Amino acid sequence: MNLILHVWRQKNASEKGRMERYEANDVNPDMSFLEMMDVVNENLITQGSEPIAFEHDCREGICGSCGFMINGIAHGPQRGTTVCQLHMRHFKDGDELYLEPWRARAFPVIKDLVVDRGAFDRIISAGGYITAHTGSAPDANALPVPKTDADRAMDAAACIGCGACVAACPNASAALFTGAKISHLGLLPQGQPERSRRALAMVAQYNRELFGSCTNIGECEAVCPKEIRIEVISRMNRDYLKAAWKDRSALRDDQAETEPKAGGRR
Amino acid sequence: MSPAAAGTRERVRFFDATIVKKAVMAITGIILFAFVVGHLLGNLQVFLGPARINAYAAFLKSNLEVLWFVRTVLLVSVLAHIIVTIQLAGLKAKARPVGYVKKQNPHTSVASRSMYYSGPMIAAFVIYHLLDLTIGAGHPHFAEGEVYANLVYGFQQIPVSIAYIVAIGLLCLHLNHGIYSLFQTLGWAHPKYMPRIKRAATVISILLFLGYISIPVSVMAGVIHL
Ligand code: FES
Repeated sequence: MNLILHVWRQKNASEKGRMERYEANDVNPDMSFLEMMDVVNENLITQGSEPIAFEHDCREGICGSCGFMINGIAHGPQRGTTVCQLHMRHFKDGDELYLEPWRARAFPVIKDLVVDRGAFDRIISAGGYITAHTGSAPDANALPVPKTDADRAMDAAACIGCGACVAACPNASAALFTGAKISHLGLLPQGQPERSRRALAMVAQYNRELFGSCTNIGECEAVCPKEIRIEVISRMNRDYLKAAWKDRSALRDDQAETEPKAGGRR
Repeated sequence: MSPAAAGTRERVRFFDATIVKKAVMAITGIILFAFVVGHLLGNLQVFLGPARINAYAAFLKSNLEVLWFVRTVLLVSVLAHIIVTIQLAGLKAKARPVGYVKKQNPHTSVASRSMYYSGPMIAAFVIYHLLDLTIGAGHPHFAEGEVYANLVYGFQQIPVSIAYIVAIGLLCLHLNHGIYSLFQTLGWAHPKYMPRIKRAATVISILLFLGYISIPVSVMAGVIHL
């Protein structure tokens, strides 16, 4: 099958980009989308032009590296699928495909279809962890977890941080990502001691990164390759509102104890 | 590194957090929704005849402290609802400076898609409605306290009735997303109940729509007359 691709080309973060047209001929329907892109890039390289930059690593839908918009849908038309797991059999001969990077102020384009998702890392480092002793692992069943909680925590933990939720959201909100991380730990007993602090810190970081605000539309859950439900956003809202209300007056200064100011001694 | 990464880790202040702003929107939304329901129940007394609805109106105005307390709560709610909307819309405009060449939003309902339009149009209608039937400006035969007659005269003008029906339609569309959305915003969502809440929101908005438009339709059909 032959396809026409319109691809966002942008040399670097400071250059202004533009859409460019490419032809992908003799595409094998058994290829994955990224394999098709590899072939296009091989041709570009033999012609002496710059290949299209896109991010990828595992190519089996688990690392969260890949992802771009295909005709205005994050990760393309197949539900619950990352772009690396999307196969060309879902397209037909003559299709015109528009490939664009995730668009959000918090996700600046680095090159072509690659964006900087460092904002997600900063949200995680703000509170997406539990504090625990390292060393020998505790006995597996020492801490009982109700089955339904374990299942829901696992569903939330499936988030691979690909950024599709932000890209699809009309508000460019990171509520699904942040909600998934907060729910994943908040549903488990190990996550309880830091539950309030976590919600406050992660949401604060998510606001500081200038993501938009959630309007409960649901475009995010529709494109999530791990099919995470917007229930996690509601859990985040609940945890945050509870914690923020309890903590109204202490909102500005209690971080000092965990994070020494620059120049301070540890 | 973006400025956000520069390591300043102080908390956002309570009312600066987007989730708190959304909670303000949800809570003021509940107050305004309660008014919409109460107002309909009051209005429906028009079907019980002029004496009944005029007496009800007089009762509402009999205790000025309560009346102005309720009016103040409603006004503050409306203003807060609008202010946080403007703030969040400003954030939305900044959050995606470069838009998509192609973007599909197949899962956005008509109601949620139109919130930013239905809201201001409802506000404009409320201002007109207050001028028309509370203050009496622009009304052809306004008489203080003659609620029944004012209403019948008002709705006998076909353009007025049509504008009213359209505005109520927008209001109910707004509520369709709003009622569902507030559960999500305030953290009361649960995967098991959410589909039911969504359905209930639709049923409630349709009932409100039918309830409200029954009055102009009855006036136009001559069922309610002087
Ligand atoms: S490359 Fe790892 S998820 Fe697609």
